[in-house]
Amino acid sequence: MTDLTRLTAAETAARIKSGEVTAVEVTEAHLARINAVDEKVNAFLHVDRQGALEAARAVDAKRAAGEKLGPLAGVPLALKDIFTTEGVPTTVGSKILEGWIPPYDATLTKRLKAADVVILGKTNMDEFAMGSSTENSAYGPTGNPWDLTRIPGGSGGGSSAALASFQAPLAIGTDTGGSIRQPAAVTATVGVKPTYGAVSRYGMVAFSSSLDQGGPCARTVLDAALLHEVIAGHDPLDSTSIDAPVPPVVEAARSGDVRGMRVGVVREFSGEGYQAGVMQRFEESVELLRELGAEVVELSCPSFTKALAAYYLIAPSECSSNLARFDAMRYGLRVGDDGTHSAEEVTALTREAGFGDEVKRRIMLGTYALSSGYYDAYYGSAQKVRTLITRDFERAFGEVDVIVSPTTPTTAFPIGERADDPMAMYLADLCTIPSNLAGNSAMSLPCGLAPEDGLPVGLQIIAPAMADERLYRVGSAVEAALQARWGHPLLEEAPSL
Amino acid sequence: MTVTDLVSYEDVLASYEPVMGLEVHVELGTKTKMFCGCSTTLGAEPNTQTCPTCLGLPGSLPVVNATAVESAIKIGLALNCRIAEWCRFARKNYFYPDMPKNFQTSQYDEPIAFDGYLDVQLEDGEVFRVEIERAHMEEDTGKSTHIGGATGRIHGASHSLLDYNRAGIPLIEIVTKPITGAGERAPEVARAYVAELRELIRALDVSEARMEMGQMRCDVNLSLMPHGAERFGTRSETKNVNSLRSVERATRFEMQRHATVLNDGGVIVQETRHFHEDDGSTTSGRVKEEAEDYRYFPEPDLVPVAPSREWVEELRGGLPELPRLRRNRLREEWGISQHEMQSVLNAGALDLIIATLDAGAPADQARKWWMGELARRANEDGTDLASLPITPEQVARVCALVAEGSLNDKLARQTIEGVLAGEGSPDEVVDKRGLKVVSDEGALGAAVDEAIAANAAIADKIRGGKVAAAGALVGAVMKATRGQADAARVRELILEKLGAQG
Repeated sequence: MTDLTRLTAAETAARIKSGEVTAVEVTEAHLARINAVDEKVNAFLHVDRQGALEAARAVDAKRAAGEKLGPLAGVPLALKDIFTTEGVPTTVGSKILEGWIPPYDATLTKRLKAADVVILGKTNMDEFAMGSSTENSAYGPTGNPWDLTRIPGGSGGGSSAALASFQAPLAIGTDTGGSIRQPAAVTATVGVKPTYGAVSRYGMVAFSSSLDQGGPCARTVLDAALLHEVIAGHDPLDSTSIDAPVPPVVEAARSGDVRGMRVGVVREFSGEGYQAGVMQRFEESVELLRELGAEVVELSCPSFTKALAAYYLIAPSECSSNLARFDAMRYGLRVGDDGTHSAEEVTALTREAGFGDEVKRRIMLGTYALSSGYYDAYYGSAQKVRTLITRDFERAFGEVDVIVSPTTPTTAFPIGERADDPMAMYLADLCTIPSNLAGNSAMSLPCGLAPEDGLPVGLQIIAPAMADERLYRVGSAVEAALQARWGHPLLEEAPSL
Repeated sequence: MTVTDLVSYEDVLASYEPVMGLEVHVELGTKTKMFCGCSTTLGAEPNTQTCPTCLGLPGSLPVVNATAVESAIKIGLALNCRIAEWCRFARKNYFYPDMPKNFQTSQYDEPIAFDGYLDVQLEDGEVFRVEIERAHMEEDTGKSTHIGGATGRIHGASHSLLDYNRAGIPLIEIVTKPITGAGERAPEVARAYVAELRELIRALDVSEARMEMGQMRCDVNLSLMPHGAERFGTRSETKNVNSLRSVERATRFEMQRHATVLNDGGVIVQETRHFHEDDGSTTSGRVKEEAEDYRYFPEPDLVPVAPSREWVEELRGGLPELPRLRRNRLREEWGISQHEMQSVLNAGALDLIIATLDAGAPADQARKWWMGELARRANEDGTDLASLPITPEQVARVCALVAEGSLNDKLARQTIEGVLAGEGSPDEVVDKRGLKVVSDEGALGAAVDEAIAANAAIADKIRGGKVAAAGALVGAVMKATRGQADAARVRELILEKLGAQG
């Protein structure tokens, strides 16, 4: 019998629809896989067995009643623990929310449920999505299924590891500076940061409001597109949500073709700090695009070199305000409430105990950057750089349809290697951050293993805002060509756990 | 410092020029909160009108209340302000347990309305122009109740209760430019400004603006500068001065306190102060060692507010007649003095009188009842006119009964008394109490005859031409009919029967 955990989401949905398998069988297979491997991987913070099986039974009942099933009905999904789930714990990887049971569903959660997607549980992440390795989780690091001593990327390392270890065919991530794309790159999975405003942020715990964007994670481009269509679309509860039709991403993923497209290669996404094997696989991908009929254009986007600096002013500034609400008054952890401390002291003690070092570092950075007298020099300047980056992109997209780059400068590094060196950690997001600052759309998909360490390399594709379908058109063409060359999906080369 | 330690008000004015700044917060009367769909009804059980957004739960997001924006624009237009073509909300960051997100979503350097003025009329009719700096939108905080402390303040309290029903209720903050040149009339100008603003808000129908309910709250900033000085002095900020009278008293007290400190060679500390209703004094609030840094930045969860010019002009076209102009028009129509009009306003009778007119009563009658009998009753009961259990329509009906001769003045008073006592409508009271004027000529004639017979000496005087003496006989007849006769008709009958000419 087929291993149900090895199927794509599209295949799984088709088999459930045809009656070949039941949604309950699919869910049970994944729950068994989680039981078998997650002790080693630590992808999940919370597995909702009962909820998942109930959702699966509902799908089977619908099918039995002859009701029409949606394109992902019965397909299991791993949900990043940053989206609220009514009645199911939501920690955001932090001690400060340990034990909090949200009284409401995020819009994204609601849409998944409405589409009959089976939510298996909540995945591990860097605390408040601050990090590139998932080591900043208050609940221990997640291992990369390619090498459990290495990081699975971050902040959405739980979601990428769940996909790469076949614990779920679909996952949800959020991307503030690369937290969907970088984990996808280092685990040989597919991750998409849609255009800012495409996926509702209502019920997604905020890190940096103007940068945060939820998006689909999967093992194939088509699966990501199917999930994209389920979660995207206007939400009146999110003022920054785009009030326009969702781009035809599924159609684009089914008709991958790059003939006649102009593909940009940005000079600034190379040089010092880029691993040789990463650049080699990237350059082969560019060559492949040319072979497939695309025209490759070299570009320069000079302001991209300032993106990291701008990001580390804007994101901490917004986070210092967004995280102020964790004050022990209404929910979550409360420390020192023993009758001897004032409310102010209880808040301070709780924040001291409840926030990890990286979160504290960013709150302090942001508080400083927004302070009177420093605002113009820091937050103000960073916003100007943001405008420059947006203009560089606009100019570039005047010449090309999409831009490609390595997703990350290096492959997965060993757990602990950069833990004490925040700057080295921040460099992991060098290529992904410009798209967050500009609010456009970007994808990472596997483009091979680096010869020197045998670890996955990600190809990043960037498209203009609201042209997300281009990512899928190019991505599916590259995916098909590479798999033809390899003879199988790259993930099949991952060690069995 | 108590009132008796202060330099006299005259001495303040001899040396200093007062400079005021008034900040008024108005809770808008929208059905839902500023950024979520929760109800704004007052008086509900604590924490029953809350949702993830106004509780600041992780993941929640704000959405701007369009009606609140409309109200803010109306207020801005009525204050002769310019309306921003594009403006944003900002976050004002500070920690306080009754503020769910630990930042207030407000507007900072991009207010929806700015650069306006409000002309206020003082009691003697003088018009004083108060320049408006800005009017901006923001949200209210929750409410803390401190338990166990002596004064209800947090100091010394054992614990506090938090009610988030108020959190997120839309507020408009209206800030004046520094008000100079008011001199001795500064306290009066402050009061008149707040009163005028309250009338304006009510006329726009955007809030009930009831100060006693906290729907309108005033902070009084005050500083003094020596005559001839060019730079303003250091100001104090007296918070939450919540009645018109208190605004006037707080201004006056702060003028005297500042002068006392300055005359002694002291320095005014920039601080917030609390006003005390009992003795009209202010005391220092918490002195902050350093200025609070609110770390304002544009609210990334909201998109800019960009009211189209067409919409703004449409709202401008729909503004009601402004209160001051309306008052002046009515004063002229009614032919009353500025002082009389002021009494009407002070009594809160204007709208009641107008409603009575609308129900058909003549202006002098409507004014007579509301400012006379009814004002007296309200005063006795310690309530306001609007709360009396009588409607303008009922007052108008009493006026009509008098006009048609069914009631005389005395009976009308009794009718009103009956209505106030809950005996029903004016007609029902007249019926139940049997208050109709005696118009049965036969019965009246008999009563007149009796009076003449019982007062022969007086009757002779009248026959002799002393018509003025008829009053005594009228009184006797009225007494006999228990007041239910038409006194004028009684007089006519007496003169007729005695062959005298009125």
